[in-house]
Amino acid sequence: MSKMITITIDGRKITAPEGERLLWVALQNGIYIPNLCAIKENSRPSASCRLCFVEVEGFAAPVTSCTLPVREGMVVKTRSPRVDRLVQTAFELLLSHHRLECSSCPGNGSCELQRIAKERRLKLRVKRYKPLEYGTEIDDSPKTFVFDRSKCVLCGRCVWICHNIAKVGALGFSRRGLRRAVTTFGDIPLADSPCTECGLCVEACPVSALY
Amino acid sequence: MNSALIEEYYAKIKSEADAKIETLREKPVVWIGTASCGKAAGAEKVKEAFEQAIKNNNLDVRVIEVGCMGYCYAEPLAVISKPGFPSICYGYVDEGLANRLVEDFLMGEDPCYEYALVALEANDYFPTFSDFPRGVYEEKIILEHCGFIDPGDIDHYIAREGYAALAKALRMRPEEIISEMKDSMLRGRGGAGFPTGIKWETCRMAEGEPKYVICNGDEGDPGAFMDRNILESNPHQVIEGMIICAYAVGASRGYLYIRAEYPQAIMQVKKAIQQARGKGLLGSRVMGSEFGFDLEVFEGSGAFVCGEETALISSMEGKMGIPRQRPPHPAVSGFHDKPTVLNNVKTFCYVPPVIRKGADWFKSTGTPESPGTAVFSLVGKVSCTGLVEVPMGTTLRNVIFDVGEGTPGEKGFKAVQIGGPSGGCLPESALDLPIDFDSLQEAGAIMGSGGLVVMDEDDCMVAVARFFLEFTQHESCGKCTFCRLGTRQMLDLLTDITKGEGKPEHLETLRELAEDIKAGSLCNLGKTAPNPVLTTLRYFRDEYEAHINERVCPARMCPELIVFYIAPEKCSKLCNVCVGSCPTEAVYTREDGLKAINQEKCVKCNNCLKACPPEYNAVIKLSPPELLKEKEGNQ
Ligand SMILES: Cc1cc2nc3c(=O)[nH]c(=O)nc-3n(C[C@H](O)[C@H](O)[C@H](O)COP(=O)(O)O)c2cc1C
Ligand code: SF4
Ligand code: SF4
Ligand code: FES
Repeated sequence: MSKMITITIDGRKITAPEGERLLWVALQNGIYIPNLCAIKENSRPSASCRLCFVEVEGFAAPVTSCTLPVREGMVVKTRSPRVDRLVQTAFELLLSHHRLECSSCPGNGSCELQRIAKERRLKLRVKRYKPLEYGTEIDDSPKTFVFDRSKCVLCGRCVWICHNIAKVGALGFSRRGLRRAVTTFGDIPLADSPCTECGLCVEACPVSALY
Repeated sequence: MNSALIEEYYAKIKSEADAKIETLREKPVVWIGTASCGKAAGAEKVKEAFEQAIKNNNLDVRVIEVGCMGYCYAEPLAVISKPGFPSICYGYVDEGLANRLVEDFLMGEDPCYEYALVALEANDYFPTFSDFPRGVYEEKIILEHCGFIDPGDIDHYIAREGYAALAKALRMRPEEIISEMKDSMLRGRGGAGFPTGIKWETCRMAEGEPKYVICNGDEGDPGAFMDRNILESNPHQVIEGMIICAYAVGASRGYLYIRAEYPQAIMQVKKAIQQARGKGLLGSRVMGSEFGFDLEVFEGSGAFVCGEETALISSMEGKMGIPRQRPPHPAVSGFHDKPTVLNNVKTFCYVPPVIRKGADWFKSTGTPESPGTAVFSLVGKVSCTGLVEVPMGTTLRNVIFDVGEGTPGEKGFKAVQIGGPSGGCLPESALDLPIDFDSLQEAGAIMGSGGLVVMDEDDCMVAVARFFLEFTQHESCGKCTFCRLGTRQMLDLLTDITKGEGKPEHLETLRELAEDIKAGSLCNLGKTAPNPVLTTLRYFRDEYEAHINERVCPARMCPELIVFYIAPEKCSKLCNVCVGSCPTEAVYTREDGLKAINQEKCVKCNNCLKACPPEYNAVIKLSPPELLKEKEGNQ
């Protein structure tokens, strides 16, 4: 067991095991920080969603809390004008490439995007940017779930779980840039891939791209 | 290490090399620059012409291929050294000149000074490098031998003190080398300017075996070709730097990551590795010592983001070339999660001279915070394009106007893009900035890996920003939100502006988004991608506003905001070249003999404007397009 240390988040003193990543310390103590891509068991966080920014004393700029190991005496603020601005922009960018049809979405009510909007008082609407075209193919080949790419925010949770927990490796990332996508090897339907329909990815998906 | 043995080893290879080079001095030699830049200009034909003429005349003259001297604008280049004459360099050599030089100089006594560019040694007849403004500003540390030695023959390098630094390093303790490197304050030339000695020390102290040394030769910036030319022109200098690094950090294996689009660089480096092994400079007993190290070339797939260190390592491991969060830095956990030093080609090149001549010598050039020299590929609207090496602290003005001899033609200088797609566009008012890592950063640009693109009044700053952003957007790996989606949103905004569809509020959206991408992206591709936009917004905001508010492209470059028009008062009537030059037959002859353009058919290719003889210059561009009505109404 690692040493217990004390840090301060938003004025609250909190004890936590040294080296634990800040995001999990905060969440465990009921302090919400927006996040999509973080997986507690992953020792090398992908840090790709860029939503979990916080201010930490001694750092010149906001840092991602999912990658930051806590140290004795660390002083953290989960909100600041700079943090709020980054989160707002990242959030709106994600929405600009997402099928925004909450009322007809199976994830309505349990979606992490809705949670972030609520917690941070952000609009579920794209105002400053142009909505971008997203992939619309739906893979409903598995018997027990559906994969709808138009909702995917590329957090990579399903990919990590599929490789490291299920140990199947049916899902992976392919292509670059705006065309980056979660898909099977060779883009074949999931039913034809090594997928065992264990359902772990569906559980992991923070939106309802897998449902 | 056994000092005496190493000294002896070095003395032996040096005297062998000296003996070989000495034989070259006895007879005339034609040296031809056949790096990629020379070949593109036709150097191979020139070489054949020399060889043919030499053979036809039964002359005892050797023809040797060398790399790039940096005077790319005057390629193909040839140097002739003939006993009794100073070595003379000729520019713009073609087959005819090759024949003439053989007849008049090699067979006769006339060095044909009228075709000479520069003499390599001081003499009474012809100026040398230091007699030109360029020579005054240039100071060559890592380009010193490029273009003057045969990269395919290790003895040429050894004869010029090559591998002397290695022999010295092997007689030092690794800690001493690292402290010399730290003392020299050498900063990485791959863009970020991180202190090399500290990187090496971190790797040396890090736990994990084996350790690796990797040379980053990905060079993906559009317009940059320094690393390619160095690898092609003097590969041993990089290799020597890598061996010294390996000895200092305790690595046993190294890789040169070179993009597959650089076949000649790959070929030269592979050949150089072979020859270094042959001389016992690589392998299980380097220079006969107990230290073992070997090198391999890794051919990169060439994506721009693969130049980012964590992406580069990931692609070498056979995974997708996608960056990951740092720390851990590669020096602690790099290739196969082992401590890895990753440095740029140029950074490794500085190592041998620093070790040979010492940290104090190195610090005597450049500025206190950025010692040494800066190497640039100077391209764009500048008279003398090429590879340039100047002391850090030299002003941009000196580089562009003295070394590069300014912008050609009548159009004045407008801006310089420094640091490639991650850098910034600086205006005339910033030209007195000294070139060093920190000053450029303050101005919003970065040193980058050293591309300098000069632009004149014909270049639209919005279009230029859009060009660079299109590049980075295309090269984004897509992993993180800001870069994947943010660069695309910026690109869309810029596209609208260049089409005259921008709105005043777009400038704020653009600036804010640019700042957020800079602050929020995961890797430096995203963190620097907004620089061209931020700097053009800062220094050329009026051009953005003209596009948005007046639908005017001040540089008359954005196709949607211009029309081509033939001024009747200038058109000669008698000439027809514009008509023939138009690919879509938009240019026609009116009943009165004047030429005119059918706007419906015009695709704005610029051909007619270029075709119209300079004595008329009748084809002009109008912006906004509405000006056309006015002009035509006046007739
Ligand atoms: C998108 C991107 C592309 C890069 N491309 C190169 C490159 O082509 N060559 C290079 O040496 N460094 C490149 N770098 C910088 C490397 O990540 C790394 O900092 C450098 O190789 C370290 O070497 P140095 O300390 O000698 O500068 C790039 C960085 C980024 C973010
Ligand atoms: S499908 Fe769901 S879990 Fe997988 S990357 Fe997309 S949003 Fe994340
Ligand atoms: S900044 Fe761009 S290139 Fe770097 S990780 Fe993010 S998406 Fe990939
Ligand atoms: S949760 Fe930290 S970047 Fe996604």
